[in-house]
Amino acid sequence: MGNCTRALGYDERMTTTVLDVRNLTKRFGDVIAVDDVSFEIGGGEMVGLVGQNGAGKSTTIHMVLGLTTPSSGSITILGRDPHHDRSALQQVNFSAAYTSLPQTLSVEENLIVFARLYGLRKPRRRVHEVLELLGVPHFAPMRTRSLSSGQATLVHIAKALLNKPRLLLLDEPTASLDPDAADRTRGVLRRVSIDEGFTTLITSHNMREVEEMCHRIIFIHRGRVVATGSPAEVTAAYGSPDLESAFLRVTRGEP
Amino acid sequence: MIEVARGGSFLRMMAILQRQAFLYRRTFHRWLDLFYWPLVDLVLFGFIQLYIQRVSHVAAFFLGAVILWDLLFRSQQAVSVGFLEDVWSRNVLNVWASPIRPAEYIGGTIISGVIRVVVGSTFAVLIASTFYHFNLMTVGVALAPLVIGLAAMGWALGIFATAVMLRFGEGAEPLAWALAFVFQPISAVFYPVSVLPGPLQPVARAVPASHAFAGLRTVLNGGGFPGRAIAITFLLDVIYLFVCSMFFAWMLRQVRSRGLLSRFGE
Repeated sequence: MGNCTRALGYDERMTTTVLDVRNLTKRFGDVIAVDDVSFEIGGGEMVGLVGQNGAGKSTTIHMVLGLTTPSSGSITILGRDPHHDRSALQQVNFSAAYTSLPQTLSVEENLIVFARLYGLRKPRRRVHEVLELLGVPHFAPMRTRSLSSGQATLVHIAKALLNKPRLLLLDEPTASLDPDAADRTRGVLRRVSIDEGFTTLITSHNMREVEEMCHRIIFIHRGRVVATGSPAEVTAAYGSPDLESAFLRVTRGEP
Repeated sequence: MIEVARGGSFLRMMAILQRQAFLYRRTFHRWLDLFYWPLVDLVLFGFIQLYIQRVSHVAAFFLGAVILWDLLFRSQQAVSVGFLEDVWSRNVLNVWASPIRPAEYIGGTIISGVIRVVVGSTFAVLIASTFYHFNLMTVGVALAPLVIGLAAMGWALGIFATAVMLRFGEGAEPLAWALAFVFQPISAVFYPVSVLPGPLQPVARAVPASHAFAGLRTVLNGGGFPGRAIAITFLLDVIYLFVCSMFFAWMLRQVRSRGLLSRFGE
């Protein structure tokens, strides 16, 4: 494992398989969006799912979340298939840059609704715990519409942490954030993932972010996994100086 | 591991209800919507009734029909517009990626709709009683089954409209607002089925509301408890709810298979 792995406090927790994806395929008519993808993620791992636009990252995440039905293959979250047993989703949560929350409600109200959707006892208390954990307890009474992009991202992450998920799916969590807000968000994610031991699958187009945060990456190109390993291993496998160069070589089909 | 409460299904439906409560607390126009349209209907049809009363004995029926039609329409809207709220706020993926089951989601929108309908209809009944001396309570014990029968048809139409919006996206939004009005001419709201042209009469008889409104006319004309009309209303409601729920489940399978839920995050 690379240095970043040790820096993140990576330990023996990964002996438990939290997410197991086997031979996952998704066809939309003649288009194969995800092609025979297999991977597993152990407890406490932070794994980056990277690839260009349309590579199949979001489709994979949506299949894990039960939003899109696979054409073939299997997904199990702690041994349960979310497509046949929605209670598997009790152990999962999700945050994406392309979703939003009802803008007229306050942050606290929105989060209480989601705490209830996840069936939590004492939802209000948990909402305040999570806002404290993220260092933003003052967000609670704010109207969601009044939040900046960076603040809204933190609220989405708060939503995703409410149920203490065993598996956290982050689909481009820092997209559209300025460098300062993105850096703060990464800091928060690193801290809570260490403190809470979350298992995280994260997609991003920011290769520096992936190198900085992830123990392992899964490189997906035209629906297929083309490389997997630590960021250092993948970078070395392509003989590139950094992950961004490796990304460009893969997506441009350069040898 | 975080503590999860018992009765998760009920709690998830309550989450949908609580969101509606928060939305009402936050947005004034929702309160206007709750009271304004019943008021407009009652003012309009109240004056029509005052005029017709001079020439006919059937006028008393109009206000009862207006109130109960509004109830059906709002029951439909509660379900379909409840889903639209998530579409407008780009919240569909967040909600549907949670453990909530489709039946719980629909159940939650129906419960919030029942509360809206109770508040709105109580207001309409008070207005009708105060300004037009029409007391819907004179319908007596038949009122409760008629109300339930009409609300159930509204829920069925709401489920159908939501299914179409799931499949076809915001382009199908007009259904959320207007589907009940497609049925209005054949629901015999303000006139009996016998007034309709011959070929339309069997179609109208297949609509639960036409029997409920026939039952209302029977009671207001002093014809006693409309047991047969209510029984047929309930039977048709069960069929409508079953068919619309199956249609919803089928559409949801299509939507998941085609990856169309992702569209609601764009």
